[in-house]
Amino acid sequence: MKVLAYDAQKCTGARECEVTCAQTWFKVQDVAKSSIRISVKDDGFAAQFCIQCGKCIEVCPTEALYYNKQGIVLLKKDLCVGCMSCVGFCPYGVMYFAPEEALAFKCVACGQCVKACPQEALKIVELDEASTDVWNLRF
Amino acid sequence: MTNKIIRHVLAEFPYQTPRIERGYANQTLYVNVGTGEIKAKPVSDEMKLKFTGGKGFDLWLLWHAVHDDTKWDSPENEIVISTGPCGGITQYPGSGKSLVTTVSPTTEIITDSNAGGHFGPLLKFSGWDAIEVQGIAEKDVMVIVDAIEGKVTIEEMPDAPNDTHLLGRWLYDVLAEKPQEKYYIAMVSAGTGAEHSLLGCLNFSLYDRKRQDVRYKQAARGGPGTVLRQKHIKALVVRAQPFKGDANHPADMERIARVGADIQREIATWDSVQNRMRNRGTSYLVEIMSDYDLLPVNNFKFGSHPQARDINGAYWETRVTQGLPDGCWYGCTVACAHAVDGFELQTGPYKGHKVIVDGPEYETIGAIGSTCGIFDPDAILELNFYCDTYGIDTISYGNTISFLMECYEVGILDQEKTGGLELTFGNAAASLEILHQLARGEGLGKIAALGVRKAKTYVIEHYGADPQFVQDIGMENKGMEYSMYMGKESLAQQGGYALTNKGPQHDEAWLIFMDQVNNQIPTFEDKAEALHYFPMWRTWFGLCGFCKLPWNDVVDPKNSKSAEPAKIPHHVQNYVDIFSAVTGREVDINEIIAMSERVYNFQRVFNIRLGKGLREHDYPPYRGVGPVTEEEYESRRERYDQQLREWLGLDPDAMTLQEKMAAHRHYRTERYERLMDAVYERRGWTRNGVPTVEKLKALGIDFPEVLAVVEKKLRAED
Ligand code: SF4
Ligand code: SF4
Repeated sequence: MKVLAYDAQKCTGARECEVTCAQTWFKVQDVAKSSIRISVKDDGFAAQFCIQCGKCIEVCPTEALYYNKQGIVLLKKDLCVGCMSCVGFCPYGVMYFAPEEALAFKCVACGQCVKACPQEALKIVELDEASTDVWNLRF
Repeated sequence: MTNKIIRHVLAEFPYQTPRIERGYANQTLYVNVGTGEIKAKPVSDEMKLKFTGGKGFDLWLLWHAVHDDTKWDSPENEIVISTGPCGGITQYPGSGKSLVTTVSPTTEIITDSNAGGHFGPLLKFSGWDAIEVQGIAEKDVMVIVDAIEGKVTIEEMPDAPNDTHLLGRWLYDVLAEKPQEKYYIAMVSAGTGAEHSLLGCLNFSLYDRKRQDVRYKQAARGGPGTVLRQKHIKALVVRAQPFKGDANHPADMERIARVGADIQREIATWDSVQNRMRNRGTSYLVEIMSDYDLLPVNNFKFGSHPQARDINGAYWETRVTQGLPDGCWYGCTVACAHAVDGFELQTGPYKGHKVIVDGPEYETIGAIGSTCGIFDPDAILELNFYCDTYGIDTISYGNTISFLMECYEVGILDQEKTGGLELTFGNAAASLEILHQLARGEGLGKIAALGVRKAKTYVIEHYGADPQFVQDIGMENKGMEYSMYMGKESLAQQGGYALTNKGPQHDEAWLIFMDQVNNQIPTFEDKAEALHYFPMWRTWFGLCGFCKLPWNDVVDPKNSKSAEPAKIPHHVQNYVDIFSAVTGREVDINEIIAMSERVYNFQRVFNIRLGKGLREHDYPPYRGVGPVTEEEYESRRERYDQQLREWLGLDPDAMTLQEKMAAHRHYRTERYERLMDAVYERRGWTRNGVPTVEKLKALGIDFPEVLAVVEKKLRAED
């Protein structure tokens, strides 16, 4: 699977990724619409985003969520009824909800944030299975 | 497939689906299957303000449809179904319930019953806040609300099977032009049992996308399925357009989403270490109830049984299919709507078929299981399946069988009268045989088909049974059979069952733990307050389209530090938020209680209008209050003896068993009378249980025709 990864050592908190994500998928600057969230820690920064574990697929009652061939969890918008089951049951709190569309959204490892990061702190990496290691990978 | 099926359209009404605004379609659908009349009725602002939706709308429509002397089988009686303004919200768990009302064949007053499934929400999304169905068709018909074609039809479909599990599959195949269209179809049906019995339930379907099959949830209480089949309706069907999570067009989606995210995380965090509803549904209650001596066993003689462990939650967790999103509407992650898949039937017309058994839920396990002395899980599943597909209420059926079992054990019935069945407690094969007889309208099934109240009359009239004894042991009040909690040691629950509008179903008040276990409501006034607040609070769920379980079956432990843990204040606030955010009508808990009080009092007056609804109708059978038989007393002698000492200052050692039982009976009966007085006063009713004119005025439901009913009764009291 090709997933997003983050190197905390490189991050300077520019938050270009958040803005780019919101802009790419929602055409807004509001970072509440970003599927990647940067937070400040005592010793620097941390990132939260989907690791593609697929737990949400199990709880979705409409079969709107599925794995594509690359191992990325995608959402079929026409099937999603905005029930927020996936939002509440995502073990990592990285499934989000857009009230104005009444749809769930998440990181699909599209790589736009990778291009936008001035510090090269984000990368698309190839993994055998989903792991929270991607939140702090050295590369 | 559609072309080959005979669809004989008797009446057709074209319409356009209006935009749903803030939870309302702003119109209701009237269908008369007798005359073929179909029309839309507008929903006024006053109707929304005073009756909210759901059961409130049902009652308002039904009130105008029936006469003072309407009986359940009168053509003007209706089946009315409505969800409510929050029905169909997907972001808050438990927001897809439908409320049914009708004049009941067993209680002969208003019954209301709720079910999950997709019918109510899809009906609203198809443009209708409620459907009322009146009249009696000549031949079996379907009523089809087709939002895709933009029409409502009454149709004869002579090939349609009758029993629900077959009918559902058949109808979904007929109506869905593409497989995905099944997602948006829902139906309400009964079955052959409902044709031959007063205990008919309604099955509310949903399409289970994971199982790729039709599932059912039941609105069972008070015989609405019997009314459906008596009207010669096989199914009410809705074929909706695909919809999105904002189909209700709420006033404030962001506020809904905030609360929705909170509750979803609360469920995700706590359910697995609390009741495990997501794994076993309400069956978790079996063990707790048996431990506290509250699980009805052998027609409510006893409250526990060692074999209860064979049918407890831990067992059902191994039996129901795990890991599926078993909510009865989208977004319910409490997900108690479990099923046993691939169950092979051992008896009856479908013997050998492998089927999905929806459930079993706690009430069903208690009713067709423990209270009949049956602890065999396979028998419970088989009974559960057949009750559902025949369209029979499991609670009423189980009670009726356990009543007949006790009649058999005391000799009122014998093998000659049972057609050779040895109808002892625990005989699952006999219960199954009677169920199949009932569906065919034969044998002892014809007596079981009557429900407890009418079966009592039958054994008194035909078999010379002692009326007092039969009255004492038959677990019904107002003609409705009891749901599955033993109330003998909780006075508040005795009232919670019998001081109700429709009859003894715990959806109005479940106070056993507050009262008996935690002793939080010791005085008559405390109990009366609880019997005001909780019935009103719980009524409100049925006005809005909510399920009660997400309110109190999964709770962040921080609740125990709140001012009133029994009310679960942080969840109450969630509901305040959701209702306000959907409708744009900013409410608080006081207004919530007021909304319910309007509908509750209206229903009480409705019952009075139909000739009941008074104090004399609010008495429980003594089996629900104290020990009827020596066997019962002896089984809990220590408890009862101690109560004589503590409550009455008597010395049980100096009394005969009969004296002790009489002392209990006198004390417990008198105590119940005092509870009635306190509750009526708190509710603003006279000592006869009639809402006063002042009360109705204060609530704003002093419509002339409502006052007329009450004033007539009050004059008679003077
Ligand atoms: S919000 Fe959409 S994707 Fe998430 S569980 Fe509900 S239907 Fe599935
Ligand atoms: S808790 Fe159970 S009954 Fe209530 S809405 Fe959820 S699945 Fe349905």
